[in-house]
Amino acid sequence: MSETTRTAGSLAPGKTKWFALGALGVAGVAFLAIAMGGIGSNLVYYWGPTELQAAGDKAVGATIRLGGLVVENSIVRGAGSSGVEFDVIDRKGTKVHVKSAGVPPQMFREKIGVVVEGTMTKAGHFESHRLMVSHSNEYRVPGEEHPTDVEKTMRTTEGLEGKATR
Amino acid sequence: MIPGLGRALILLSLLLGTVGAMLAFATARRPSPASWAWTKRLAFAFSGGLVAANLLMVYALLAHDFSVGYVAQVGSRSLPVWVTVVSLWSSLEGSILFWGAILGVYVSVATWANRNRHPEYMPWAIGVWLACGAFFSFLLAGPAQPFATVQFPPADGPGPNPLLQNHILMAAHPPFLYLGFVGMTIPFGLASAALLAGRLGGAFLRPLRTWLLLPWIFQTLAIVLGGWWAYEVLGWGGYWAWDPVENASFLPWLTATAALHSAILTERKGILKGWTVTLVLATFLLTILGTFMTRSGVFNSVHSFTQSPIGPTILAFLTAALLWSVGLLAFRIDKLAPEGRIEDGKSREAMFLVNNLLLVLFTFTVLLGTVFPLLVEAVRGVQMSVGRPYFDRMAVPLGAALLFLMGVGPALPWGRATGAQVQKALLPPLLGAVVAAGLGLVLGVRNSWTALTLAFGGYTAQVTLGELWLPISQRLKRGTALAAALAEVTMGAGRRRFGSYVVHTGAMLVIVAIAVSSTMGISKEVSLKPGDQAQLGPYTLTFLKSENLTEPHRTAVVARIEVSRDGQQVAVMGPRMNQYERQREPVGTPDVKSFLFHDLYLSVMNISPDGQSLGLLALVNPMVGWIWGATGLMALGGLLTLVPQRRTAAAEAVR
Repeated sequence: MSETTRTAGSLAPGKTKWFALGALGVAGVAFLAIAMGGIGSNLVYYWGPTELQAAGDKAVGATIRLGGLVVENSIVRGAGSSGVEFDVIDRKGTKVHVKSAGVPPQMFREKIGVVVEGTMTKAGHFESHRLMVSHSNEYRVPGEEHPTDVEKTMRTTEGLEGKATR
Repeated sequence: MIPGLGRALILLSLLLGTVGAMLAFATARRPSPASWAWTKRLAFAFSGGLVAANLLMVYALLAHDFSVGYVAQVGSRSLPVWVTVVSLWSSLEGSILFWGAILGVYVSVATWANRNRHPEYMPWAIGVWLACGAFFSFLLAGPAQPFATVQFPPADGPGPNPLLQNHILMAAHPPFLYLGFVGMTIPFGLASAALLAGRLGGAFLRPLRTWLLLPWIFQTLAIVLGGWWAYEVLGWGGYWAWDPVENASFLPWLTATAALHSAILTERKGILKGWTVTLVLATFLLTILGTFMTRSGVFNSVHSFTQSPIGPTILAFLTAALLWSVGLLAFRIDKLAPEGRIEDGKSREAMFLVNNLLLVLFTFTVLLGTVFPLLVEAVRGVQMSVGRPYFDRMAVPLGAALLFLMGVGPALPWGRATGAQVQKALLPPLLGAVVAAGLGLVLGVRNSWTALTLAFGGYTAQVTLGELWLPISQRLKRGTALAAALAEVTMGAGRRRFGSYVVHTGAMLVIVAIAVSSTMGISKEVSLKPGDQAQLGPYTLTFLKSENLTEPHRTAVVARIEVSRDGQQVAVMGPRMNQYERQREPVGTPDVKSFLFHDLYLSVMNISPDGQSLGLLALVNPMVGWIWGATGLMALGGLLTLVPQRRTAAAEAVR
């Protein structure tokens, strides 16, 4: 950076140099402030149902990736529409009701690990616009159940990209 | 037998790399013709070892030799031959092995190209390359061993991740990315050598620029091929999501682009020496950071494969390379003083500075958003990520500003400009801006950022096309025929300048296409039964039926969808859900129908086993195809500027 400032400063000698340095400094600080503000308001939290409940009102309006298992017999498909409702549970037994917009992916079913992205509503259910199923591409003998790695799916990237339906 | 031979080749490469690096450094300190000759021989031998190890692995894959650890991991008898070959880079150990081969080829070619040139710093450069090569050989010898022996070889293997078998682009994106990422080792070595030898005059810039530009071209193609792969395979309808692995490929591209520009100022004015070198060093560090992020498993993705002990090792290498870079810069701080200065804030030089500032801010923005979650988790143990809106909010203004600057910079003269000259240069392209923005508004652009991007695009287009036309029109005036004038411009002395503007044309189109595609698309998710219809923009989609297909290595359910527009059938499309043999989860493959200005994109979200119920995602994506085409143009322009100009080479020889 010293090189840039030196050259910028060499536009004219003396005071101008310090002025240019100062301007660059102010611009840098301003940019950092904008960037950090941008990060602060766009954080996506990776939570399980227990952490979600513990967060209380903080969870309302925040962007959250909620991970857990789909509870047996809890899936209700919207009649005519493409939405779906279900409960998500974690190891501690905490349940959260999820309303998800859009068509669920092929692997979506009971007792499978899912990650939903969205936010908590005041009404007490989780409103999701993206539904992802945690995959494991390692080969298993058919019929052998394997623990779905929900935590890894939360950190998910392109391989599991669910569709954002906004 | 193959595992033993493979391990021997890797150990040999490790030995040759280590000894070669030491000999190269010794040669640099006390030059002698014999040790210089042996340095080069060891560099070639090192490359030969790694290339041979790769050929051996390809042979083992093709021969389905499951006694080789890596083959047992990713091989399968049911695969088509091309998938078997690309399996070489479809998992961790093989991908590092492939990295080694590419590095070997780069080191050999760069050594060969400079075998009789720059004796004052080439030994340093070869030393750095071989030291990096020794590190990757070490990875292959220990933490990421591809040639492990399997005691009881299985009869068949699982094959690679189905996502990686799903599209032919899998054969293109990874090699290009490696050619880009690994290639950045060469300018890193050259920059280190220039600092070590204290030769920071103009002479080191020519090879540095050439060897930076070559991987830059590959990197440009690789990033976009990766986006294209995501678009054609993942089925969510987009090509870029500011995902950590995407950012990892984009970061070194940004700094390399900045370096290519600042190198022009260093070449012309003798300024920004330290800055150019810093950018080159940073580019290499970012490729290693990217490798760490994608390969260590800190982010779960199709790139990270499995948890492996490779992470800490790469992190240690990254730390060492960082200390090396900072140390070298501090050591030579006295040699970095500028020889000239920028005389005027209204000059092209000043715009190069702004360009560099913007590109560095861009790098910083993306880096911050990518690394921030890792830092928070390390410090506070909280898991989170930075959402896409952050990246969009920061990248859109920066991208638009860069687009505008591509017009302003080339319009301004070098050196000094009077107010009148500046007006004469900067005012006329406003016509292009108004025309482009007006056209956009007529065609339905309502997003203000998209309209602004179009205006900037029009401005830059007028300047760029003017610069491209200028040398041709001069020749036409002199009576040269058009074909001859074109040949002269693209092959002759002005090629480097002409090529740069071809790159700019491509970049301009890419930015405009990104702006349009990300704001002007329409999408819909619908549940359909056979015979049902859905309306998407001007298109009527009819779900005709589903078909079951059986292919050698997979079965598939294909949804046949008739697409019609104004009552006329346009196409019957077939997005599908593939079930790979020996894999548990099905993988959807979208079907994309490209028109001149937009794509129709259909993707199966789910389909019931009897094919009676289809969940379909349908999108109209405007101008996405233009991104692929325009990137090709960028690469073509890059190649034009890359090939050395005979006249200059001859002039150099005379000198």
